[in-house]
Amino acid sequence: MAQISLRVNGKTQTVAAEPDTPLLYVLRDDLQLNGPKFGCGLGQCGSCTVIIDGNAIRSCQMEVKAVGSRAVTTLEGLGNVKKMHPIQKAFVDEQALQCGYCINGMIMATKALLDKNPKPTDAQIKEALAGNLCRCGTHTRILRAVKRASGQKV
Amino acid sequence: MKTIELSRRQFLKGTGALIVSFNLFPPASDLFAQATPGGEPDPTQLDSWIAVSQDGAVTVFTSKVELGTGIETALAQIAAEELSVQLSKIKVDMGDTSKTIDQATTSGSRTIERAGPQVRQAAAAARKELLRLASEKLGAPANQLTVREGVVSVTGNPYKRVSYGQLIGGKRFNVAIQAEGKGNDLKLAQDVKAKDPKDYQIVGKPVPRFDLPPKTTGELVYIQDVRIPSMLHGRVVRPPVINTAPVSIDENSIKQIPSIVKIVREEKFLGVVGKTEWAAIQAAQTLKVTWDKPVTKLPANTDELYAYLRNTKSFTTLKGVDKGNPTTALTKAKKQYEATFRWPFQMHGMIGPSCAVADVRGDKATIWSGCQGPFRTRASVAGLLKIPETNVRVIYHEASGSYGRMSNDDGAEDAALLSRAVGAPVRVQWSRQDEHGWEPKGPAQTQVLKAGVDDEGKIVAWEFTDYSLPWTVSSITTLLASEQIGIKSKTPGSGNGNQGGGEIYAFENSKIIAEEVPWLQSEPFPLRTSNLRAPGQLSRCFASETLLNEIAADLGVDPVEFRLRYLTGDKRGTEILKAAADKARWQKRSSPAGNSSGTTATGRGVAMTRRTGGYAAAVADVEVNKSTGKVAVRRVTLAHDCGLIVNPDGVKNQVEGNIIQGVSRALLEEVAFDGHGVTSLD
Repeated sequence: MAQISLRVNGKTQTVAAEPDTPLLYVLRDDLQLNGPKFGCGLGQCGSCTVIIDGNAIRSCQMEVKAVGSRAVTTLEGLGNVKKMHPIQKAFVDEQALQCGYCINGMIMATKALLDKNPKPTDAQIKEALAGNLCRCGTHTRILRAVKRASGQKV
Repeated sequence: MKTIELSRRQFLKGTGALIVSFNLFPPASDLFAQATPGGEPDPTQLDSWIAVSQDGAVTVFTSKVELGTGIETALAQIAAEELSVQLSKIKVDMGDTSKTIDQATTSGSRTIERAGPQVRQAAAAARKELLRLASEKLGAPANQLTVREGVVSVTGNPYKRVSYGQLIGGKRFNVAIQAEGKGNDLKLAQDVKAKDPKDYQIVGKPVPRFDLPPKTTGELVYIQDVRIPSMLHGRVVRPPVINTAPVSIDENSIKQIPSIVKIVREEKFLGVVGKTEWAAIQAAQTLKVTWDKPVTKLPANTDELYAYLRNTKSFTTLKGVDKGNPTTALTKAKKQYEATFRWPFQMHGMIGPSCAVADVRGDKATIWSGCQGPFRTRASVAGLLKIPETNVRVIYHEASGSYGRMSNDDGAEDAALLSRAVGAPVRVQWSRQDEHGWEPKGPAQTQVLKAGVDDEGKIVAWEFTDYSLPWTVSSITTLLASEQIGIKSKTPGSGNGNQGGGEIYAFENSKIIAEEVPWLQSEPFPLRTSNLRAPGQLSRCFASETLLNEIAADLGVDPVEFRLRYLTGDKRGTEILKAAADKARWQKRSSPAGNSSGTTATGRGVAMTRRTGGYAAAVADVEVNKSTGKVAVRRVTLAHDCGLIVNPDGVKNQVEGNIIQGVSRALLEEVAFDGHGVTSLD
């Protein structure tokens, strides 16, 4: 085990972990951050998405040692039920989820998108979220939630 | 306004009680959780269903569980309605076998239909008792009392009032209620009159779901998020091909991986336990195992599979309709039609794979499970560990969707075996390959249809035979780990249903049956089967509706008009089809549309079905690329009659999701396999 320092949601914390552990397991098991979810472990579904350097990253595919000093933002870093981030609120306002297992990835990918492109078109939203899988079929509501979060007409 | 405020405060002062308080008291569910240690809640006790805390918050106890479809909120609406309390005051405590009554698994899209009346009657019984208590307290007969937002007052004298919290808060009702039957058929408090639906204020109103805000913030604790002190991590090592056992295990092969606790082997079951999740994952991937040769072989391709379905004697025949004599009518018919349809294996495809935590101590076990049926999981784990069911407590946490997958919680059994072996709580999560390879699939099916039409273009004969694999994994068979340690299923499984074969149409001569064909299950193998959303019905409906559309096209009749001829006497069926056609701005004509120029052909389709108490009819506007054959569904218009709607936006969300999942299943989804097992692994 190595002592690894991580800056997550604005706080620096040290964890004892094998350096090749995927970041996802460190976030979940060591830092008890439940936002990022294990879906496939293959980088195919997007449910483990976090934001590093402004980019939506699959945390199941990044070894913890590769993070270095870069700041990691997880779903918890956006807001909580008492104080929601506008994107989280937009997803609730549109009731844009069912089981909600994929929604971490949808929200984090939306955050990365809107930070770069505050008023995306439908096509741009679909492209940005194409790598995030939802099995319940809430796609049309998710599209509306992203538009709402970006202050566009739903 | 000010005067009233003062008066109210003075009144409250006089009673010496608080009417409003926030979080001053633990929720009633916590108060009562200890009330039944190891004991079974009694369905004839009102306290088993409803608790009121001192702040007036109401907890409803149910073994039905939220699977992502919104039933938690809908059941809360039903309870709030009967009790006349604010919806925000209701908490639903779901799926803990030590606190709830067995209401059977959450399945069949029928929770509102089945558990709704149970919750309604329990709440109505609670209201009745609360009114009795209020009547004593306020010195007025119950028929002169009104309830608003959990406060009972005397009609015409609003200052004589008392809240539910004051009446019973934190205390048990100790009231017996009628309870007859079991599970889905349990009838509660039938002697208590519930509200007239025409007076509903909360039921029928669109409300935001309880579970969605914490799902968007990471605060909802899914089964994957459960952590128990001193919990270890387990992974099951799956054989590479069907039906094999480990012959030898090279323990040295994982020596270099730190934090490994144990390699666990019981018969054909093999797993590893580590202190960290990453250690367990690496160990399961790295462990060198020699497996023996498989003794059964799957059909190696789809042709072999459908030949197997057609040529193997069924173990049971599900009879849908048997009316008149379709065989004779067919031979006399002016025109005969015949069609065969094939439907592939499909998977539930939960985004998050199976996961469970078990803590087995001696002859007792606690299981944290994302299953659809906590009592079913309790029975399966008890059978696996050979301990009494009452020694097992199952605590539910939501999993990832389910869609029928978690009717059978294989992960709970894996975790139980590993926990027993190491004497500590163990969390097991399946890998993507485990889940796709070993989850029980929606069964493959094939249908043979024959129809006959007379001189006037009327269908006079209809023969529909569904050949389906059964659910080899069900409430009457054993799960994967049980099979692996030698506990054999005593039956070939449960049938895949027989609805959707055209039974809604009033054909003069009609025979609709489903042949359940036994599926190789002498040993565990990866092409297991089970209930997948609307089991078997997507396939049967597709076959029935496609042939009807083809006959209508052949006869030059509009397909909506054609169906309506056979829906006479079925008011709901007629209305639902007309509603879908109206909303879709259906143009009356026969199919196909005239030749289109260009590369894209456009067309439309219509289909309808009835499933238990509900009807649905859909119109799809579709484009087909003439050169590639690629289909694009541009619009689906759907009319849905599910009876009384509790949360309209909840139903809309479900219907929208089902359209997307249904279109995906109809056009895109097929589980690939070869002679050894599933090959669609990611």
